[in-house]
Amino acid sequence: MSETYTVLETRGLSLWYSGFQALRDISLGIKSNQITAIIGPSGCGKSSYLRCFNRMNELITGARVGGKVLFHDEDVYSPEVDPTEIRYRIGMVFQKPNPFPKTVYENVAFGPRINGYDGDLDELVEGSLHRAALWDDVKDRLGESSAKLSGGQQQRLCIARALAVEPEVILMDEPCSALDPIATLAIEELMHELSQDYTIIIVTHNMQQAARVSDMAAFLMMGEDRAGFLVEYGPTEQLFTNPRDKRTEDYITGRFG
Amino acid sequence: MITGTDRNLGKRRRKGQVSHAIFLAATMVGIVALSFLLGDVARKGIGWLDWQFLTSLPSRFPERSGISSALWGSIWLIGLTALFSLTIGVGTAIYLEEYARRGWLTRAIQTNISNLAGVPSIVYGILGLAAFVRAMSLGRSVMAGALTMTLLILPIIIVASQEAIRAVPRPLRDASFALGATRWQTVRRVVLPAAAPGILTGIILALARALGEAAPLIMIGALMFVPFVPTSPLDQFSVLPIQIFNWTARPQPEFRLIAAAAIIVLLVVLLMMNAAAVLLRNKYQKRAEE
Ligand SMILES: Nc1ncnc2c1ncn2[C@@H]1O[C@H](COP(=O)(O)OP(=O)(O)OP(=O)(O)O)[C@@H](O)[C@H]1O
Ligand SMILES: [Mg+2]
Repeated sequence: MSETYTVLETRGLSLWYSGFQALRDISLGIKSNQITAIIGPSGCGKSSYLRCFNRMNELITGARVGGKVLFHDEDVYSPEVDPTEIRYRIGMVFQKPNPFPKTVYENVAFGPRINGYDGDLDELVEGSLHRAALWDDVKDRLGESSAKLSGGQQQRLCIARALAVEPEVILMDEPCSALDPIATLAIEELMHELSQDYTIIIVTHNMQQAARVSDMAAFLMMGEDRAGFLVEYGPTEQLFTNPRDKRTEDYITGRFG
Repeated sequence: MITGTDRNLGKRRRKGQVSHAIFLAATMVGIVALSFLLGDVARKGIGWLDWQFLTSLPSRFPERSGISSALWGSIWLIGLTALFSLTIGVGTAIYLEEYARRGWLTRAIQTNISNLAGVPSIVYGILGLAAFVRAMSLGRSVMAGALTMTLLILPIIIVASQEAIRAVPRPLRDASFALGATRWQTVRRVVLPAAAPGILTGIILALARALGEAAPLIMIGALMFVPFVPTSPLDQFSVLPIQIFNWTARPQPEFRLIAAAAIIVLLVVLLMMNAAAVLLRNKYQKRAEE
């Protein structure tokens, strides 16, 4: 594996929903080809933070971002940057599987199509389904509706769909929360494989999952005014075995949250 | 055995039965009145319904009279109205739901559209007369009629389309945007296909209303007696409801019978449109599920 470098970085990032401040002054750097977990109690702003990276917050009326998000040292929010370009290069998988009400094939082909892919689409679709460990399940059902897949298959389909545009970074917002332990395990293994080629940021509620899959971990918490802030960030190993902050220790040992 | 504790069961059950009876009666009033009407129309009109009736022009003699000019007038009118109201109505709905900023102006437009749906149709006739017949000098043409009808049903179509667009789940839009889609790509490939059944149903039901309207067309001067079939959008025209109105107003009793026959034709066309709405909706829903 090539040497890692900082792909994404937030500097003093704050986020407001209309008058309400959801995030305060978060600074951290995401290393390439690593899995970074974001953990913290419900409502502390994990999803909100994740959506800052690919400018998905812009689709929410009243949302406003302060501070900087840097992607390869370039400001994601600078006026010259087209948000569709950012979202094309930073993919996203959502908490609840949200396949389009189209066929399996069309779901995966959607991203390449809208982004003007001019190679062999069949090959790309097959490759993406392979990488999402879904090919064997669906190779005879490419023309069937995505609604006929199981929840775990749908989530892998959403991962395949995100992979098909060949992003550099994949943001995952609790991708396993709607899945059973077996499907969860399949997706965790998958993430591990994907991290060879991609940088992954995953939000999770599940401490074991964070410990199992991630290389780096960030712990967020809510302040008095309910704005989320960064408590601690470091290698997962260290954060879980030897946290620097008392609040992190309390959280991971289940004393609150 | 389960023994009953006294929870006023007898009284509650009686109340239930009484309300059941009331609702059934309410339903029956409608059904009875409607079947009586339909039966009357069918009895009077069915004997006059034949190919000759469908293909002949109106005449002074009831036995030679036919509905062809009014039928074709209605088809022209609905066809053009569908074309205009679909493009303008769906376009407006897309703009309001997907592009417009939520501000006082958008809210004002929205309120106005909802209110316009309640304006009496004759008012649209007056507007059509001033705007299309006179100002745009379209005369008493099918075109002027279709534009007037478009105004009349536009609010219904806009509101129905907006509701269909709003019902498209947010996660689907998010999925599209997250793949790098532009707003238009998202609208075109995700929102509209998902909203299509609702939009189509709204449009067809609105068109069915336009098919039955006579007042605004009389206002803009659609003719009572049209002994020709329109061949271009600028031709003069009549429509089924006007023809029916015209025939019922004649002194000879036979004309009332052919009016009944014409009503049957109008009802059949309406039924066909409703069936088309159901079929289209099912087809799209199936396609979405496949
Ligand atoms: N679209 C929105 N509009 C207004 N406020 C929002 C919006 N989305 C989130 N919030 C608020 O921002 C705060 C953080 O929400 P967020 O969903 O980011 O939390 P989270 O850490 O992901 O929680 P969970 O673990 O339950 O998913 C919450 O107080 C929430 O109410
Ligand atoms: Mg969340």
